[in-house]
Amino acid sequence: MYIKLTNGIVYDPVHGINGEHRDIYINDGHITRKPSSNAKIDKIYDLKGKVIMAGAIDIHTHIGGGKVNIARMMLPEDHATDLVEKTELTRSGCGYAAPSTLTAGYRYAEMGYTACFEPAMLPANARQAHMEMADTPMVDKGAYAMLGSDDFFLRMLASKKDQAAISDYVGWTINATQAMGIKVVNPGGISAFKFNQRKLDLDELNQYYGVSPRDIIKSLARAVTELGIPHPLHLHGCNLGVPGNLNTTLETIRAVEGMRMHLTHIQFHSYGTEGDKKFSSGAAEIAEAVNKNPNISIDVGQILFGQTVTASGDSMMQYAGHWHAHPKKWVIMDIECDAGCGVVPFKYRDKNFVNALQWAIGLEIFLLIDDPWRVFLTTDHPNGAPFTSYPHLIRLLMDKSFRNDMLSTINKEAAAASTLGSIDREYSLYEIAIMTRAAPAKSLGLKNRGHLGSGAVADITVYSNNKDKEKMFSKPDYVFKNGELIVRNGKIIKVVNGATHTLRPEYDNSIEKSLKRYFDDYQTVSLGNFKIDDDEIIEHGNGKIIIQPCM
Amino acid sequence: MIIKEIFLEKVSTASASITRDVTCPFCGILCDDLVIKNQQESLKILENGCHKAVSSFESILAVNEPKINGKPVALTDAINEMCAILKKSHAPLIAGLGSDVAGIREIMNLADKTGAVIDHMHGNALIRNSLVLQDLGWITTTMTEIRNRADLIIFAGTDATGFPRFFERAIWNKKSMFKLKNEQREIVYIGEKLNTKSGVNPNGKKPSVLTCKTDQIGEVISSLHALVTGATLDVNEVAGIKIKTLQELGKKMMAAKYGVIIWSPADLDIPHAELTIQNFCEIVKYLTRTTRFAGFSLGGNDGAITANNVCAWQSGYPLRVNYNKGYPDYDAQRYSTQNVLKKKEVDSLLWISSFNSKVNPPRASVPTIVMATPDTKLNFTPDVFIPVATPGVDHAGQLFRTDSVISLPLKQVRQSPYTSVKSILKQAIERM
Repeated sequence: MYIKLTNGIVYDPVHGINGEHRDIYINDGHITRKPSSNAKIDKIYDLKGKVIMAGAIDIHTHIGGGKVNIARMMLPEDHATDLVEKTELTRSGCGYAAPSTLTAGYRYAEMGYTACFEPAMLPANARQAHMEMADTPMVDKGAYAMLGSDDFFLRMLASKKDQAAISDYVGWTINATQAMGIKVVNPGGISAFKFNQRKLDLDELNQYYGVSPRDIIKSLARAVTELGIPHPLHLHGCNLGVPGNLNTTLETIRAVEGMRMHLTHIQFHSYGTEGDKKFSSGAAEIAEAVNKNPNISIDVGQILFGQTVTASGDSMMQYAGHWHAHPKKWVIMDIECDAGCGVVPFKYRDKNFVNALQWAIGLEIFLLIDDPWRVFLTTDHPNGAPFTSYPHLIRLLMDKSFRNDMLSTINKEAAAASTLGSIDREYSLYEIAIMTRAAPAKSLGLKNRGHLGSGAVADITVYSNNKDKEKMFSKPDYVFKNGELIVRNGKIIKVVNGATHTLRPEYDNSIEKSLKRYFDDYQTVSLGNFKIDDDEIIEHGNGKIIIQPCM
Repeated sequence: MIIKEIFLEKVSTASASITRDVTCPFCGILCDDLVIKNQQESLKILENGCHKAVSSFESILAVNEPKINGKPVALTDAINEMCAILKKSHAPLIAGLGSDVAGIREIMNLADKTGAVIDHMHGNALIRNSLVLQDLGWITTTMTEIRNRADLIIFAGTDATGFPRFFERAIWNKKSMFKLKNEQREIVYIGEKLNTKSGVNPNGKKPSVLTCKTDQIGEVISSLHALVTGATLDVNEVAGIKIKTLQELGKKMMAAKYGVIIWSPADLDIPHAELTIQNFCEIVKYLTRTTRFAGFSLGGNDGAITANNVCAWQSGYPLRVNYNKGYPDYDAQRYSTQNVLKKKEVDSLLWISSFNSKVNPPRASVPTIVMATPDTKLNFTPDVFIPVATPGVDHAGQLFRTDSVISLPLKQVRQSPYTSVKSILKQAIERM
């Protein structure tokens, strides 16, 4: 069955197509070349004047796993004004900052997203993350396994086990937890907090293990490279939110010595200490460093004003931030000698100096980094803002006068301290297509997603070009998933289950011998039960696994 | 003749299969190291079975059948009758909720479709924690952290005897990662009628026991809280416990490297138990300013933590939720099984219990469907009865542990003629 999308204006950066009229043909869930003239075209969509892009991909969004579920349970008030009724097609649920899985899946699709990646899957909690992702309909999903504060790894590093063994462990973890990459959060800091350390800078030592975040980052970055994992080490660095952490971030970039690394929600790691309030923007230095180091990619973690909830694996820094909880309740957890988490509700206020400057810093970073292939659009959902604010963020990036209007409403001192008003850059549709489709797919190694070439999976979003980009990106005209029309005029017309993307890097399985001993001696779950079988995703999760190749 | 005997012996050995790393679903700590032998569908725990596991796994699979008004019918007819009752109902109550992740997922789907209220059989215990989480939050920990780190463990209002292997699995270890020796661990009990035997250190050292009434534990803890902040209390004793004893305990708490307060919400069966639990959580937060301390809740039997989690991610709220308005409406107190039946807010009851044969559903004056283990002895005749398979025994599945972070795979260890909750409800939903 052939479907033809005709007369549309195509933005497909992977093929260098920048707003050209092209016809797109879909057959059997994939984009294909123009069929022979005698092939029957079953359905034609006339998309005159409309914009066609690949389905959007969110590379960093907390959609599933223990900390998100704690946020849901803790904050009934978060959902109270955003209740979602069931329809003939869709289940009921609720938003807002910590939406139900069902509502999250529907809303992502209704915004033109076709894949979402959970960035902080604790290996000990991976089963739950997969359960929640299985109950997130419409979109494909995947997750990065969190390492770096788990005792098995720290014991290896402290006893100077060779890198090959560490890489085997990382490979084992990806397989055992059905992951798509490796994330490290406050390297060694979650463990240090359990020993009552309250901060850990790049070269400070975890007092029990005697290893530093630098050692951990280098070892894990190397393992990711050696295993051929497409997505670089996904790093939530040291000192999140601390004024002056700009220097830590710059030093972290130097620490990997040219190895590939992804710095996540970098906005939270780009703060200086200048000015009366000892809090200033480090965006220019950070952008300069990213521009100079092609091995580095980032996502911004833009904050937007309003109530949200911060949910993070970084128990150490979440504990430090709990004094600012709004409303005044918060959760910190130590988890299984594996990791931890912290959930702290927060309200970003536009009239507050720090919050307003955070907002400006995020935008400065977006606008000062030259290469959109290395910058991904995120709010670190829900930590900076809920993902539903992406269209608003896109407008801020694409519309200078709108941005300056907003700038004039924020805290005056923050606005004066920021260079944002002097930046003329406006993102083009082509650059938005890079940042939200082509680049995330490339970074994750999803070869047949994020573009519109022949052979690509037909995940396609069609928008009406509107001067108001927030309106444009809020409500696509059509969204196709695997070639099926699932959204029309911003509303779901068919419910589908996305697949789960995983990797199967090769590793030496003899690592299981020491793992078995470790589990038997210290853990309260057996090694066999720690691992997640395919059946748990396919049979119990009613899902499908797509194994992506390693490099 | 000899050949024949050898042959027979071989057959009987061959028909016995042994499964390792079996997860026990019969209490909230989900021990997953059981070794179970299946010989002609009769089960024997070879290793690591507590008395609860033995009595549950080794009980013989009872013979029962679906019934309508007490009369045996085919499963398909029972499902049809269940559909008829639910279709006619304007406001069903789906309660019990003793099931695994797959079963709860289907229950959520059915509740959404039929506009039902949902509540777990241990809902009263569950919400004691939820109310604390939603008011001020907490700092908590998990079993492996306790096992390797905890040097001071305070049992507040519970002795953990409902979780027979808790001490073995989480406290008295052969090895611990951070060189913490058993003799360095300090155990304290606060409360009444507690069996403190398990708290005796393997080297013979007895635990400290502070005796007070359960409804005074909150007062004891808040007095401790005042003392650790440096306040002086102008009384000689609190709830019968000498101030000096409390001061000593306060000092130990401040000196602990990793202290844990353990409670069991079901054991705190007092009015406004959430306030007592909040006292635990607030002293933990205070102590965390200078050292590390954490709370730990023991519960989660009959899939309670599983139901709470699946409900939270699918509806956005923990239990209890009402879908009657077409969207999830959360009210932890109003939507209790007892209350909605008493206030006649519901007009049918679907009761699900696939682990525990001893629990009886409430006798309601509304049409009642019971999906329960085949050996459940009901004290009344429901409109529809459907015997169901037990997850982790009769079929594979997944379940959450008491700490609400760890979930484990359940294995099938015997063949069963009974159908899973998931499969029955799926059929029902398709027919409705």
